[in-house]
Amino acid sequence: MSVGHSSHAAARQGLPGNPLIWVLILSEIAAFSAALAGFAVARLLDPATFAKGAAALNPLAGSANTAILLTSGLFAAWALDAARRGETSATRRLLVAAASIGAVFVVVKVAEYVGKAAIGLTIDTDAFFTLYYLVTGFHLAHVAFGIAILSLVAAFPEKENVETGVAFWHMIDLVWVMVFPVFYLLR
Amino acid sequence: MKYQSQKVALAYFACALVLFAAQVTFGLVLGYIYVAPNFLAELLPFNIARMVHTNALIVWLLLGFFGAAYYLIPEESERELHSPKLAYLQLILLMVGASAAVLTYLFNAFEGNFLLGKEGREFLEQPLWVKLGIVVAALIFLYNFTMTVLKGRKTVITNVLLMGLGGIALFFLFSLYNPSNLTVDKMYWWYVVHIWVEGVWELVMASVLAFMMLKLTGVDREVVEKWLYVIVALALFTGLLGTGHHYYWIGTPGYWQWIGSIFSALEILPFFAMVLFTFVMVWKGRREHPNKAALLWALGCSVLAFFGAGVWGFMHTLAPMNYYTHGTQVTAAHGHLAFFGAYVSLNLAIISYAMPNLLGRAPYNQVLNMVSFWLMASGMAFMTFTLTFAGVVQTHLQRVNGEGFMEVQDQLGLFYWMRFGSGVVVVIGALLFIFAMFAPRREIIDAGSAVPAE
Repeated sequence: MSVGHSSHAAARQGLPGNPLIWVLILSEIAAFSAALAGFAVARLLDPATFAKGAAALNPLAGSANTAILLTSGLFAAWALDAARRGETSATRRLLVAAASIGAVFVVVKVAEYVGKAAIGLTIDTDAFFTLYYLVTGFHLAHVAFGIAILSLVAAFPEKENVETGVAFWHMIDLVWVMVFPVFYLLR
Repeated sequence: MKYQSQKVALAYFACALVLFAAQVTFGLVLGYIYVAPNFLAELLPFNIARMVHTNALIVWLLLGFFGAAYYLIPEESERELHSPKLAYLQLILLMVGASAAVLTYLFNAFEGNFLLGKEGREFLEQPLWVKLGIVVAALIFLYNFTMTVLKGRKTVITNVLLMGLGGIALFFLFSLYNPSNLTVDKMYWWYVVHIWVEGVWELVMASVLAFMMLKLTGVDREVVEKWLYVIVALALFTGLLGTGHHYYWIGTPGYWQWIGSIFSALEILPFFAMVLFTFVMVWKGRREHPNKAALLWALGCSVLAFFGAGVWGFMHTLAPMNYYTHGTQVTAAHGHLAFFGAYVSLNLAIISYAMPNLLGRAPYNQVLNMVSFWLMASGMAFMTFTLTFAGVVQTHLQRVNGEGFMEVQDQLGLFYWMRFGSGVVVVIGALLFIFAMFAPRREIIDAGSAVPAE
C-alpha cells in the first residue's frame, strides 16, 4: 500500500531525485545503446568470431550476476520506500545491504575476467572480446561507482538523495539486463 | 556598463579583432596558394602561413574569451574586478607573446634553439618561452578571476566559466610535455588540442551564451542555470572520452576505435542542447532587447556550431568511416565550420553585445553588423560545402582508387577556386564587422534635424 501511495506522490512531482541524475542516466543509456548497436553491426559482419566468443563465456556466472544485481536492486527499492516513510535507520540498513550485494557482483565479474585472461582471452583477442571487456568493464566501473554513491547516500539519507542514488543504481540494473543476453545468451 | 573595470574588456576585444583580421587575411593567402601553389613560395612558405592562420585564430579566440570573462565577471559578481592593472598586464603579456611568435615563424628566428626557436608540433609551434608566458598569463587571469568571484556574488555562470578557463590553463600544460615516442607524443598532444575545443571551450561557450540569454531575453536565472548544468554535463560526458576518436590510427590499442566512435558520436548532444537552449530562451523571453545583432550572432553561434561541430564532426567520426576520410578535405571542411560556428561566432556575439556598452554609443549601427553576419555565415557555409565535396572526391580517388596525393589534388582545382571565392566573402564580412564595431556612432541618422556645422 505504502509503495503505491508514495510512488504516486513522486509521479505528481515529476521525476524523482535530482533532475541532473536523469541527464546522466539518459546519457549512459545512449552510450550503452551505441555500444550494443556497434556490437550488432560487428556481429553481422563476422558471425563466426562472435559465436566462438559467446561460447567461451560462462552463462552460469552471467546468470548468477543477473540475479545478484536484481536482488540488490530490490533492496535499493525497499530503501527508497523506507526513506519516503521517513525511517532513517531502516533506509541506511537497506542501502548498505544493496551496496554489499552489489560488491558480490564485482567479485564474480573480476573472477570471470581473471579466468578469461588465464586462458589468453584478452581485450586484444578479437572484436568479440574487445567489446566484451569494454562494455562489461564500463558497466563494472559503474557498479563500483554506484556502490560508492549508495554508501554516500546511506551517510546522508535524505529523501531526495536516496531517490537520486537509487535511480542511478536501477540504471545500472537496466543496462546489465540489456548487456547480459546480448553477450552471454545470443547464439 | 555598470562597473568601471569592465572597460578592460574593450582592450581585449580590440586586440582580438586585430588578430582576427590577420587570421582571415592569412587564410585568404593560403586559399590562393591552394590554386596557385608557387604564390609567395620563397617569401612565405605555405606551412608558415598556415601556422600564422591557426595560431592567430587560437590566440584571438582566447583573447575574446578573456575579454568576455572580464566583461561579465563584474556584472555577475556585482563588484569591480580585483585588479584591472593585472588584467592589462596579462593582455600585454599575451600580445607580446603572440607578436613574437609570429615574427619567429616568419623569419625562422633562432632556429633550433630550445628556448627561443619555434617548436615542431602542429598548432603548438610557439617557442618555449612564449608557452611559458601563456602559462603565466593564464595564472594571472585565474588569480584575478578567483579573487573577484570570492569577494562577490557566486553564480553558476561564473562557476562554469571558471571551470572552463581553468581547464584551458590546466590542459595547456600538456603542451610542455613532449615525449620522444611519437604515439605517446600524439596522445598528449590531443590533451591540448581536443580537450580544449571539444571539452573545456564548450564550457566557456555555454556560460557566455547563458550570460547573453539572461541579458537579451530576460528569462529567469534559475531556468538558464538548469540548462547550463545539462549542457555542461553532456559536454564533459561525451567530450572527454570522445578524445578517443583521435586515437584510431596513431599506434594506440585497437579498443580506442570503439571508445572513440561511441563517445564522439554523442558529442553532437551538447551542441544540440545549446541550439534548444538559445531558441527556447528567445521564445520564452519577455524582453525585447534592442541589440538585435548580438541576438542574431548568439542564435547563429548555436546553430552553426551544431552543424559545423556536431553534424560535420559526426560525418567522419566513426572509425570505419574515418579509415577512409582521415586527413582529407572533409577534416578541413569540419574544422572551418566548427571553429567559425562555435567559437568565432561566440566571440563576435559577445563583442556585439558588449561593445556598444563599452563605447557608450548604444544604439549603434546594427544593420552593418547583421550584414556582416550573413556575409560571413554564408561564406563559411559555402566554403564548408566546397571543401566537403572536395573531400568526398579526394577520399574516393585517393583512398578507394589509390591514386597519388598530388595527382588527386590536381583534380580538385575547381573546388579550391570556389573555396577561395567564399574566402573573399568571409574576409569582406570580417572587415565589415570590425568597421561596424568601431566606426558608426548612430543607428539612424535623423533626417528631420539639421546637422550643425562644426
